[in-house]
Amino acid sequence: MNDLASLVVSGNHRAIARLISMVEDDDVDAMDIMKKIHTNTGNAHIIGVTGVMGSGKSSLIFELALAYRAEGKKVGIIAIDPTSPFSGGALLGDRIRMMDLSTDSGVFIRSMGTRGAIGGLTSSVYDVVEILDAAGMDIILIETVGVGQDEVDIVKIADTTLVVLIPGLGDSVQTIKAGLMEIADIFVVNKSDKPGVEQAVAELESMLDLATHIERRTPIVTTSAKEKKGIPMLVRKITEHQEYSKKSKVFDVRRRQRYEAELIEIIRKRLMNFIFDENKLKGTVDCCIDQISKRELDPYSAADQILGKILK
Amino acid sequence: MSKKIRVLVAKPGLDGHDRGAKIVARALRDAGMEVIYSGLHQTASQIVNTAIQEDVDVVGLSLLSGAHMTLFIDVVTMLRDKQMEDVLVVGGGIIPEEDVSKLQKAGVAAVFGPGTPVDDIVCYIKKNVKR
Repeated sequence: MNDLASLVVSGNHRAIARLISMVEDDDVDAMDIMKKIHTNTGNAHIIGVTGVMGSGKSSLIFELALAYRAEGKKVGIIAIDPTSPFSGGALLGDRIRMMDLSTDSGVFIRSMGTRGAIGGLTSSVYDVVEILDAAGMDIILIETVGVGQDEVDIVKIADTTLVVLIPGLGDSVQTIKAGLMEIADIFVVNKSDKPGVEQAVAELESMLDLATHIERRTPIVTTSAKEKKGIPMLVRKITEHQEYSKKSKVFDVRRRQRYEAELIEIIRKRLMNFIFDENKLKGTVDCCIDQISKRELDPYSAADQILGKILK
Repeated sequence: MSKKIRVLVAKPGLDGHDRGAKIVARALRDAGMEVIYSGLHQTASQIVNTAIQEDVDVVGLSLLSGAHMTLFIDVVTMLRDKQMEDVLVVGGGIIPEEDVSKLQKAGVAAVFGPGTPVDDIVCYIKKNVKR
């Protein structure tokens, strides 16, 4: 077990891959290793890439990874695609756009299914970020699932969040809606080879004009991953954001929020496992559900009963 | 959460036909597996590195160009070199009957030709996955 932890820290790809599977599958042995590697974390810059499906997130990540590799940085990529709520299966296809990176030993790519999480990520993503960070990645790029307006969990984990848009997504009212449009540290208008890019940028600009009391105006970068345009500018804006956030303490606040979210997630998982464990509370839970269906008990009193057993 | 079967579906070599691979990928997805689809034109080392990073239990190779004796065996050999012999390797596509036993001897566990019901592939994987 010590072995696996030190192999992960040394950057061994098989060990990293194995430990990721263990945390994904809730393997009990993973916990001890995760405890050990935490001291080796804290060095990676975590970049979240989110946006609607088909906006070109994977291709953009491929281009960003190439740019960071050219600077000699090690890059970890977490690419998340949806898990079927019906079969539990998933088709993880983000690597298709990144295959040229798969023989580069300075890049580690992992595809993940959401496995029931609803915020655009997967519940083990915090662990996977810790693993890649401990393994010496300088940059960690996280690709969320193709999101709608409301899947914004990426802000809980990223140091810098890119919201990727494409021309023709809708009128200016869309840009002032809550949710996705509020979380960008940088807006990326991708597919700038397509018509409508000027209008998309103008609508974003007018949205940013409406914002009051902000100390940093969110930059807008137009890119075409297909034609390899705008990538150096995007890299520069990411670096500027990193410098700004470190100087302004935004960075520390966000890191604290990430660890808070991670801690809550660990506790939530353990509590759920306890409540639904066959040998512990599952009997009580099943009995309560039966009583609720027969109107002998209401759901709130049932919750009191179950929580009472934990908190006693 | 129980362990999920992770499968890499890959197209080695130069042929550009991936309808079969996509149908199999979809069937495995519907059977509750996590399927990583690599896309077209992969080299053996790309496939093996992907299998390592994704920590897959199964590698499914699809090939219709006739280069299976070289490319399938390259993948199996490279996996073995990386101590990944616990990964189940299966193949499919246009594979002549007389090559099937040679491939099996080389370490391709099973070969599924045209007309194989997808349920057979699902059952085979569930029964034979090594870890």
